[in-house]
Amino acid sequence: MREKILYALGGIGGLWLLRNLYVMLLGLPDESAQGAIYRIMFFHIPSWFTCFTGFFLAGVSSILYLVKKKPGYDTFAVANVEVGLAFTFIGLATGMIWARIIWGIWWTWDARLTWAFITCLIYAGYLMMRNAIDEPTARARYAAVLCIFAFVSVVITFKSIEWWRTQHPGPVLSIRTGGGKMDPAMESVLYQNWYALLLIAAVMVAVRMRQEGVQREVESLRRQVHAAAA
Amino acid sequence: MFFRQSLAVAMKDLRSELRTKESLNSAFAFSAVILVLFSFVVDVGDSEILYSMSGGVLWMTFLFSGALILNRSFAREQQNDCLDALLASPLSGSALWFGKALANFVLLLAVQAFSLPLFGALYNLSWARSPGWLLAVSVLGAWGISVVGTMFSALTVNLRLRELMLPTLIYPMLIPLLMGAIRLTTILISGEPIAGDDWIWLRLLVGFDIIFTSLALLLVEVVLLG
Repeated sequence: MREKILYALGGIGGLWLLRNLYVMLLGLPDESAQGAIYRIMFFHIPSWFTCFTGFFLAGVSSILYLVKKKPGYDTFAVANVEVGLAFTFIGLATGMIWARIIWGIWWTWDARLTWAFITCLIYAGYLMMRNAIDEPTARARYAAVLCIFAFVSVVITFKSIEWWRTQHPGPVLSIRTGGGKMDPAMESVLYQNWYALLLIAAVMVAVRMRQEGVQREVESLRRQVHAAAA
Repeated sequence: MFFRQSLAVAMKDLRSELRTKESLNSAFAFSAVILVLFSFVVDVGDSEILYSMSGGVLWMTFLFSGALILNRSFAREQQNDCLDALLASPLSGSALWFGKALANFVLLLAVQAFSLPLFGALYNLSWARSPGWLLAVSVLGAWGISVVGTMFSALTVNLRLRELMLPTLIYPMLIPLLMGAIRLTTILISGEPIAGDDWIWLRLLVGFDIIFTSLALLLVEVVLLG
């Protein structure tokens, strides 16, 4: 039953994305300076927001794990980091395509891009470190500490366009600029896409958490068998 | 009390390091090797290019050879279960960490004191044009590397592939510090004053040290004691 609800929610997310595609391709006009390519923004910005959301939730749940020591928090953290990392890759890929068209280059070492890349590396390191520890409680504890450290880089990535002069454009959404940078119709599609991606991300996190739960069960059964055999 | 305990740990680490010299010697040798390798990377005939790359070359050298020191910091305590003995002693976890960070800091400064003149001699640069500021940048940078490195040395001490995981985890973490340190070192070695926009890098170094020292002090008990 729970599975069906999850898949239904994922399906709703997919349909929502389709509806947004329809609006952005057929409803919205080309942008005056960039032409058709500006539409990649509707995936670029929301996927970064989704990944930041995931890393933020992972950080909060890591703190909660250290305070309360319940394995569920660790499961939630790792699920969020994995899904967040997937969206990081989407964000990097869409950003690179956009840069190739508008700037003429795939990559430039300005503060925003560099930090995004660093964030990606740090969270990949988080997953690597988890693989290197066998003992579940030690793994959860060390991973939680690393996750809290890692969140510093998310904050810097987010704020880098305000702290440095970057080739990457500054804030455009009215929530950060007070309005006037983007047409409200476009902004609303952007948010709609973010919500749809968030929904899909949430479904993926839930699926991933179930896997982790099953994994934990298998590990504890294995330990019981070892104990009984000894 | 906290500082007396930390100092005791730091003195213990430094004393055992000075008697065996196991990580210090390898760090010295390694930094010399890296400096030689960089001579193939940069155009050694062009002193302008050399000056403009000096900060990067130096901090890469410090960082790579520093990883050898940081790796040994907690690994040294694994023999004969010394780490368990340290944790069972009346030391608090944060005092233990702080002591080790102090010891690593001194060792990192030693590596810098060795490789900076060597760099100057090998590449024919007059590097000591503003020694006071250069020392300040070195100290701030070494402290940052030591703080993050000692913390992750404690995290990775029981891991498989420890020697590999520590650099993989700390190098990205240290990038803000490196950006500042490299920029400032390049300016100072080139003989220019720190001016205008470049003050922000000094603030970045100080901010990095403060943020990560307090984060580590908060979290290290969890890492060491659970």
